[in-house]
Amino acid sequence: MSTVFIALQANEETRPIIEAIEIDNPQAIVHRQPAMVKIDAQGRLVIRRATIEEQLGRDFDLQEIHINLISLTGHVVEDDETLTLSWND
Amino acid sequence: MTVAAIKEYLAVPRDRVENFHGKQLVYVSWDHHLLFASPFLLCLPPETPFRELVNGPLGMLLQPDPDAAAIDWQHVEWLKSGQPWTPDFDASLAANGIGHKDQLRFRTPGLNSLMAA
Amino acid sequence: MDMKVAKKKLGLKDKYKLMTRDLGWEPSYHSKDELYPYMNYEGIKIHDWDKWEDPFRLTMDAYWKYQAEKERKFYAIIDAHAQNNGHLNLTDARYLSALKIFLQAISPGEYAAHRGFARVGREFPGVGPQVACQMQAIDEIRHAQTQIHAMSNYNRYYNGFHAFADQRDRIWYTSVARSFFDDSMSAGPFEFMIAIGFSFEYVLTNLLFVPFMSGAAYNGDMATVTFGFSAQSDEARHMTLGLEVIKFILEQDPDNLPIVQNWIDKWFWRGFRVLGLVSTMMDYMLPKRVMSWREAWDIYGVENGGALFKDLARYGIKPPKGWDDAEKAIDHMSHQFMLGLYQWSFGTSFHSWIPSDADMDWLAGKYPDTFDKHYRPRWKHIKKLAAAGTPFKNYGLARLCQTCQLPSVFTEPDDPTLTCHRETVYKGEKYQFCSDGCQHIFENEPEKYIQAWLPMPQLFQDPIKGDLGEWMKWVSLLDGKDNGDYAGSEDQKNFEAWRGLATTNQ
Ligand SMILES: [Fe+2]
Ligand SMILES: [Fe+2]
Repeated sequence: MSTVFIALQANEETRPIIEAIEIDNPQAIVHRQPAMVKIDAQGRLVIRRATIEEQLGRDFDLQEIHINLISLTGHVVEDDETLTLSWND
Repeated sequence: MTVAAIKEYLAVPRDRVENFHGKQLVYVSWDHHLLFASPFLLCLPPETPFRELVNGPLGMLLQPDPDAAAIDWQHVEWLKSGQPWTPDFDASLAANGIGHKDQLRFRTPGLNSLMAA
Repeated sequence: MDMKVAKKKLGLKDKYKLMTRDLGWEPSYHSKDELYPYMNYEGIKIHDWDKWEDPFRLTMDAYWKYQAEKERKFYAIIDAHAQNNGHLNLTDARYLSALKIFLQAISPGEYAAHRGFARVGREFPGVGPQVACQMQAIDEIRHAQTQIHAMSNYNRYYNGFHAFADQRDRIWYTSVARSFFDDSMSAGPFEFMIAIGFSFEYVLTNLLFVPFMSGAAYNGDMATVTFGFSAQSDEARHMTLGLEVIKFILEQDPDNLPIVQNWIDKWFWRGFRVLGLVSTMMDYMLPKRVMSWREAWDIYGVENGGALFKDLARYGIKPPKGWDDAEKAIDHMSHQFMLGLYQWSFGTSFHSWIPSDADMDWLAGKYPDTFDKHYRPRWKHIKKLAAAGTPFKNYGLARLCQTCQLPSVFTEPDDPTLTCHRETVYKGEKYQFCSDGCQHIFENEPEKYIQAWLPMPQLFQDPIKGDLGEWMKWVSLLDGKDNGDYAGSEDQKNFEAWRGLATTNQ
């Protein structure tokens, strides 16, 4: 299975988002690099609005993630509740 | 194949010899001597005797290589467009059949100071 | 205050449908073919534009909101950088060479991408791609502007930044990027999307931006980290668009596959040549290095590119034709290119230098099979020449590749001791290439590439006629200031003096 990844800027806004991703994707590997965090996962990575809201303590619109997004790979499927990255192999 | 286009597509080459004020381009490269990052680009009149190309601009450009002084020009192996070729040192570039933008290469077997030990 | 937040009325899908798809209309005064005249000549067949999916479903109102937020964040940091002498926080002013190359070669590419997306956004009939291309066109002009703005802070203090626009047009090491974008912009709309949207944005952009931004972070350059991440935050959307484009085209008609494959082969190789510049930056120009070019390639080329092409195999897409040659070049290209940049540094609007012994040891560690064997002996000899007072300058100029326009610094894929020589004759004219990849691209569309404006042959034509001094004026290069070795440069002296003032009480 190929690896998908998402890379986010390392800042106060993304800290709870990264924590939420870690909770929802226990298989993911988090690489902390200067000014950025890159999260790799085998085959599939799911980002859930509800988990981010719990970590953040406020409402969150998944599209807010665009502000701090650096890069990603894989096919993107997004709706109001989740953003999923995956490869079809 | 041709360029995908909405009508006939014909172009003029940018680097035609007429644009070089009576001169032409010649590329010269010393095989296995990569201190020089790329083949040299020389711009010379086609009437230039081949000996003058070698003793003049080429000889000067080769100086920084530690093997330069040891080149025996009588025994250098030449290639033109990748084929073995023997230049006439007394004839001009034109008489030697060296056209605009031709690539000349030469080899000096045994000389390779900067190559892997 | 205890206010109730109004629940959003529309879900993402409904909102996207209303605010994107519903913006389209059926023309009544003109036929669709008249309105969109460039849809057929490339041979791509599209049957149903409504099949287009935008995975992010970003609507224009949300787009403006988030972009405004990005701009606010960007300018807050740029202001702080300017107010606090941010330029003195750099690890070393050598780092600026990487920035100068970026400004001269890459930022103008952002502007070119803007023009390209503005154009194809008009040329595609589907509302989905129209809106996505419009957003990307606005993103790209923002990238060009924020980059130029951020780097103008360095132009106040350092040489080599002042004439990036002239140098984009006229100097020799930027033409690889200029010709790359010119080639894409003069192609049809579908090829443009595969060239920039897919091949560049999806396959190669991570190799350009991610290591570059991390390099900026490692080297204390807050301004660049900021513009980089601000631009990069749009990139995920661009990459997703690029992937969507290729899936859409391939799903529309089986006849599209060979055309698309040919474009992927072409644009991968063209993009790979542009990345030659990035390889020198990563391996040589960052005083504090992030990772080697080889390591970046393994992550973003082999791993991600590999996953992508494995995924696309279900459409019949194969990895780009030049992929194996690229892999063979990875452990050589930065060294071959940097040796060139150094020996022609009289003609560069940035400084280069002979790597220190510590740098060479680092390179030997990162390139155990190639550096000590092939490249250390050359650098050691160059160092000896400099110590003897006869620094190595190669006034022979270089044979440029007719396609990628780079000096032919690259070797045979299977023989790193021999320059790669390739030539072809077309309509009685001879053309030289750096590689099989570039020769194939030429031979597929010779009428296009015979028009290439090659900077070094140009030097011997009007208006310069071979006069190096005139050429320097013409490319706005200030001899003795912008060019040459870093050691002894104004940039070096100034940086050391100002940093001294900033860190002592003298
Ligand atoms: Fe961009
Ligand atoms: Fe090339």
